[in-house]
Amino acid sequence: MSNVTKLHADRARKYAIKGIYNAKSGHPGGSLSIADILSVLYFEKMNINPADPKDPNRDRFVLSKGHCAPILYAILGERGYFPIEQCETLRQIDSIMQGHPDMKAIPGVDMSTGSLGQGISAANGMALSAKLDKKDYRVYAILGDGEIEEGQVWEAAMFAAHYKLDNITAFLDFNGLQIDGNITDVMDSNPIDEKFKAFNWNVITIDAHNYDEIRNAIDEAQKTKGKPTIIIAKSIKGKGVSFMENQASWHGSAPNEEQYNQAMAELDAAIAEDEAE
Amino acid sequence: MAIGDKKATRESYGMALAELGGKYDIVVMDADLSKSTKTDTFKKKFPERFINTGIAEGNMISTAAGIASTGKVVFASSFAMFAAGRAFEQIRNSVGYPKLNVKIGATHAGISVGEDGATHQCLEDIGIMRTIPGMVIINPADHVEAMAAVEAAVKYNGPVYLRFGRLPVPQIFDENDYKFEIGKGVQLAEGKDATIVATGLMVPYALEARELLKAEGIDAAVVNIHTIKPIDKDIIVKAAKNTGAIVTAEEHNVYCGLGSAVAEVVAENCPVPVLRVGTQDVFGKSGNPYDLLKEYGLSAENIAENVKKAIELK
Repeated sequence: MSNVTKLHADRARKYAIKGIYNAKSGHPGGSLSIADILSVLYFEKMNINPADPKDPNRDRFVLSKGHCAPILYAILGERGYFPIEQCETLRQIDSIMQGHPDMKAIPGVDMSTGSLGQGISAANGMALSAKLDKKDYRVYAILGDGEIEEGQVWEAAMFAAHYKLDNITAFLDFNGLQIDGNITDVMDSNPIDEKFKAFNWNVITIDAHNYDEIRNAIDEAQKTKGKPTIIIAKSIKGKGVSFMENQASWHGSAPNEEQYNQAMAELDAAIAEDEAE
Repeated sequence: MAIGDKKATRESYGMALAELGGKYDIVVMDADLSKSTKTDTFKKKFPERFINTGIAEGNMISTAAGIASTGKVVFASSFAMFAAGRAFEQIRNSVGYPKLNVKIGATHAGISVGEDGATHQCLEDIGIMRTIPGMVIINPADHVEAMAAVEAAVKYNGPVYLRFGRLPVPQIFDENDYKFEIGKGVQLAEGKDATIVATGLMVPYALEARELLKAEGIDAAVVNIHTIKPIDKDIIVKAAKNTGAIVTAEEHNVYCGLGSAVAEVVAENCPVPVLRVGTQDVFGKSGNPYDLLKEYGLSAENIAENVKKAIELK
C-alpha cells in the first residue's frame, strides 16, 4: 500500500519539476517536501471524486502555502482531475495552470491561495460551514513554516479553537527554510508545537516522509473531538531531488537543463523502485 | 418611517439582515463591532448563523470566503476603515479574485463618524474598492435605499461592498414605489443648466442645493448614484449632453471616488466641465458630524457654489 501511494507522490514530483523547468520559474523546494502528505490525502484519506470536483459533500483541501501549486496540480493530475501532462504548461500564458492555485480555473482546487496566511482562514470557513449544515465532510490545509510568521495565521488559529472546528486538519510543512534562509535566522517561530498547544489545538508531530506516520496522524486527527488538529510534519525541503534537499536557494528557482536532467533521472529511479516493490 | 424621518443607514443594514435572515440562508460575520454595525439585530434572531471573529478583520474576510465557497451568502461587517482598509488584501485575493459571494457591510464610512476622528473616518474606501476587478460598490442614500441594497446584494452573485453611515439621514424615497437596481442611477430632478451627481448622505444636500440655485434662477438636475461600480454610464452621459456641466458630491476624498468615476465617463464619452465636491485630499478630525460636514465643504451651499463655477466653465 505504501509504495503505490509513494509511486503517485514520486510521479507528481516529476511533473511538478517538469512544469517548473518549462516555466523557468516556480517553487520546487516546498513542493517536493509536501508530496508525500498530498499523496496520502488524495489517494487514501480524502472523500473526493475527480469526476465531480464540486460535490458539495466532498472533503476539501486548501493549500495555504499556495506557492507550492506545482505539486498540488501534479497530484490532482495524477488523481485524474485532468491529464497530468497539463502540468507541463505550468505558468504558461494560455494555460489554466496559474502560478498560484486558482479555484475558478483548475478542477479540484477548492480555494484560490497564494497570499500567505489567508488559506487557513478560508479552510476554517469551510469547516464552519460544514458544522452549520451538519455535514460530515472534513477540511485539510497545508501551511508553510515560514507562513506562520503572518499574524493572520494566529487569528485563524484562535478562531478554529474557539469554534471547536474538529473537522479541520492542518499540516505544517516544517522544513526549516524560507526564502531568505533558515527560519531560525529570519524569524524564529519556535517552539511551534507549544504555540499551537497554547492556542488550544491538538498537536501531532510526525516525519513528513514516513507514510505510516502521516496515515496515523490523519486518523488520530479525525478521532479528536472538540478541537482542531495540526500535524507538524518535519520535512526535507526539496525531498527527492538530491541537490535540492535542504537548500533555501531552491525555494523559488527553476533548474537549468543539466539540473533538470539529473532531477528526472533521480525521480525516474525512485519511480522504478516504487514500481518494483 | 415617513419621508424626512431620520435613520442611520447602519440601522437599516441591521434591520435588513434580520429581515432577510428568514428568507435566505445567509451567514453574518462581525469583528467585535456588532453593536455598532447593528449586526446584533441579526444575531438576536439567528444566533446560530452569526459568527463573531473577534477583532481580526483580515481573518474575518478570508473565513467568509471559505464559507462562501461552500455555497452560502456571507455578510462580513466592520467599520469601513477596517473592512476596506485593513482587510483590503484579503478582499482582493480571497474574495475578489475567486469572485466569491461575500458581501462586505462597511459601516461608519465618511467624515460624519464625527467625534472618533481621523483614524475612524474612512474617506478612501470607495477608491480602494473600485480598483478591485469585478467589485460592486453600493453607497445608499437613505433607509429605503439601504434596505433595498442589502437584498439586492443577497441576490447578486459575487462580491459586493456596501457602504453605510453612522449619522442619521433623512428618508428621501417612498418605500412603496422605490425600485432598486444595481448599476442604475436615479434621476431625482430634471434641469437644464447643470447636473448634480450625488451619492450617499450628499443626496439630500444635492436636492437642497438645487433649491438654493433655483432662487438664483439656475435650473440644476439631480442624479443619485447609489452604485458607484459598475457606474451608470448612460445617465451620466445623458446629464453631460443635456446640461453641459456636472458637479459631483460625495462623502469621500475627491480622488478615486464618485467624482473620479463620473469624470472618467464624461472625459471618455462627452467632455464637459466636472467639478468635484468631497474632502480635498485631507484627513478628518474630531468634531460634531454636522460641523465637520460643513467645514469640509460637504454642504448644499458648497455644491451650489460649485454648480455656478461649473456653469462658468462651459
